[in-house]
Amino acid sequence: MATVIVDGIQVEVPDNATILEAAKLAKKEIPTLCYHPDLPAIGACRICVVEVEGEPLLKTACNTNVRDGMRIRTISPAIREARQTALELILSRHPQKCNECVRNGTCELQALASRIHVGEISFPYRQRPGSPDVSSGAVGRDPSKCVLCRRCVQVCEVIQSVGAIAVQGRGYDAWIDTPFSRALSEVGCVYCGQCVDRCPVGALFEVSHVERVWRALQDPEIHVVVQTAPAVRAAIGEEFGLPPGTLVTGQMVAALRRLGFDKVFDTDFTADLTIMEEGHELIGRLRDGGVLPMLTSCSPGWINFIEHFYPDLLPHLSSCKSPQQMFGALAKTYYAQKAGIDPSKIFVVSVMPCTAKKAEAARPEMKDSGYQDVDAVLTTREAARMMKEAGIDLSKLEPEDYDLPLGVSTGAGVIFGVTGGVMEAALRTVYEVVTGKKLEKIDILPVRGMEGIREAEIELDGLRVRAAVAHGLANARKLMDKIVSGQADYHFIEIMACPGGCLSGGGQPYPTTPEIRQKRAQALYEADRLLPLRKSHENPVIQELYREFLGKPNSHKAHELLHTHYTPKPVYG
Amino acid sequence: MATIDLKTAEAEIPVIELLKKAQEEHGYLSPEVLKVIAARTGQPLSKLYGIATFYSLLTTRPKGKYRILFCKNAPCHVRGAKRVLEAIVSYLGVEPGETTKDGLFTLELTSCLGLCAVAPTMMIGEDLYGNLTPQKAIAILEDYRARERSEHA
Repeated sequence: MATVIVDGIQVEVPDNATILEAAKLAKKEIPTLCYHPDLPAIGACRICVVEVEGEPLLKTACNTNVRDGMRIRTISPAIREARQTALELILSRHPQKCNECVRNGTCELQALASRIHVGEISFPYRQRPGSPDVSSGAVGRDPSKCVLCRRCVQVCEVIQSVGAIAVQGRGYDAWIDTPFSRALSEVGCVYCGQCVDRCPVGALFEVSHVERVWRALQDPEIHVVVQTAPAVRAAIGEEFGLPPGTLVTGQMVAALRRLGFDKVFDTDFTADLTIMEEGHELIGRLRDGGVLPMLTSCSPGWINFIEHFYPDLLPHLSSCKSPQQMFGALAKTYYAQKAGIDPSKIFVVSVMPCTAKKAEAARPEMKDSGYQDVDAVLTTREAARMMKEAGIDLSKLEPEDYDLPLGVSTGAGVIFGVTGGVMEAALRTVYEVVTGKKLEKIDILPVRGMEGIREAEIELDGLRVRAAVAHGLANARKLMDKIVSGQADYHFIEIMACPGGCLSGGGQPYPTTPEIRQKRAQALYEADRLLPLRKSHENPVIQELYREFLGKPNSHKAHELLHTHYTPKPVYG
Repeated sequence: MATIDLKTAEAEIPVIELLKKAQEEHGYLSPEVLKVIAARTGQPLSKLYGIATFYSLLTTRPKGKYRILFCKNAPCHVRGAKRVLEAIVSYLGVEPGETTKDGLFTLELTSCLGLCAVAPTMMIGEDLYGNLTPQKAIAILEDYRARERSEHA
């Protein structure tokens, strides 16, 4: 431990703490811009400068470690001048078009400029190089707004091991770009949107579907149904000022109904269905000597990643569509039949914590209902934006229930939103189906937690099933390399593209930090715990769906509607 | 598919040396060449492109036969580099970063060439030129053109 003095306040901190962390303990919030708790601190923006006694120059608080006895000043005339100059230089290359920007109100640069007032910007504005790109239909870029904080580059390379973008050029003319300034759709970007989440400004954003959803809602001819992903209920409250980790399932349903959706359904229902299909697929592969380990397939960022970087491993992927796509296919077949509605008049909207879901819904093969199965995908942020525009404050509404039949789900479905959840849900069902015995300990703790890669074993009638869970694509890459080199003796692997799983997807409310991830995860486990049914195969509507429509899991009809195929898409190919 | 001929053990070569070598062989660092290096080093293409755009000695676009590296730093500037550069731009009809229509010259700005004593300076191919004036610079370029004509004659 080291003793340091911050603005006269003495604090005890670990030896490897940074000045920024020490100041926090002394209840001093040093302003930052390029710093993010998930990422290596690089001191690029120079906003967090402080004075250290005995040092001739100002130090960047985010990446300077403390020393025992260090005396730090976090505000002084020299610090104020340095911060103002740094901020003024950043602002001088930022288009002052805040009212036109999607980040108006959530922009970190705006907040910083409001905290550190610089007055009139004395340097002439010069636009940054690079042109806007929305070609992916999922993640958009506008380099003119970039502040060169490099968070996007770091998250893409360090946490996701994708490296679609990097710093190009140097000095005053440096910019963030893809190789050879190609479109994001051509450089192996997986559309996970972690860069969108980390971007402090509007240089990275989701390609919006808000307008097409408003158009559908205002068309009396169209029957508009909405599905909500598991992770949305644990986060959308943050958009309305509720603390992270507030579970707002019923209030979210009420808000969506008030927005004008004809039916409010739950992706958790098709998460349960995914468990039925994927669980039986796993049992089949175990029994018939199929390709193992089997890899989960519900995270579209992960699907893009394996198609780009490990095309030879595609046979390992479960053929199950993601819950979003299973929902779309069923909404325009099973539900349309049951409700007596012409499927061509049904418009399926998803509310997802994800940007990659937009590209998944647009995949050409996702038309098994005879129509585009999912018509529009809103991120959690976009859904909240629509509610706010319509004057709906979710936090003030009384909870309401999902509509029948596609709104009925179990606790197994809701934990899809957290890393390890699909694995846990699958094991709950696979155990009971294979052994015929009741699973007493429903909480399968070894697959829970935020460790990058986790392992578990479950005994199934004499067979020890070895499972692994990875989240964040750099961790997925480690497991894939193990499979390639023949060192992976797992049967079943769950992969989520985003760290923490869907709960910190690229479409979730700003910001996402390790603490916020923990809180959202707790909320989802709490939702599971509170539900009367916690195993997918116990869902009565799932049972009815098989009786009335699909036959049995992995039936011909199930394969037609609920399963898919993948395409090798080598990077830069 | 582009190839890069490497005599030394590949793993020992720093990426920057690989890029220089590849440029010597192929004239410039095309997407195809960088893809080969990406596959070989495991570095993302974006990062290699970042290195190639960081160093002025590396280029991601095809270049003319002669590369003019014109010094843009302060010592040259205070000794009249601006007027010299204007003369070169108007003589060649290209802006810095561009290549002449006949493919002979590519004009580029560079950081200090280390010849501040004889500023303003430029480098054409491997040759260094100092104490430049607008007239002297044009005469040098005319020499290159004349040499080129006689080689083809």
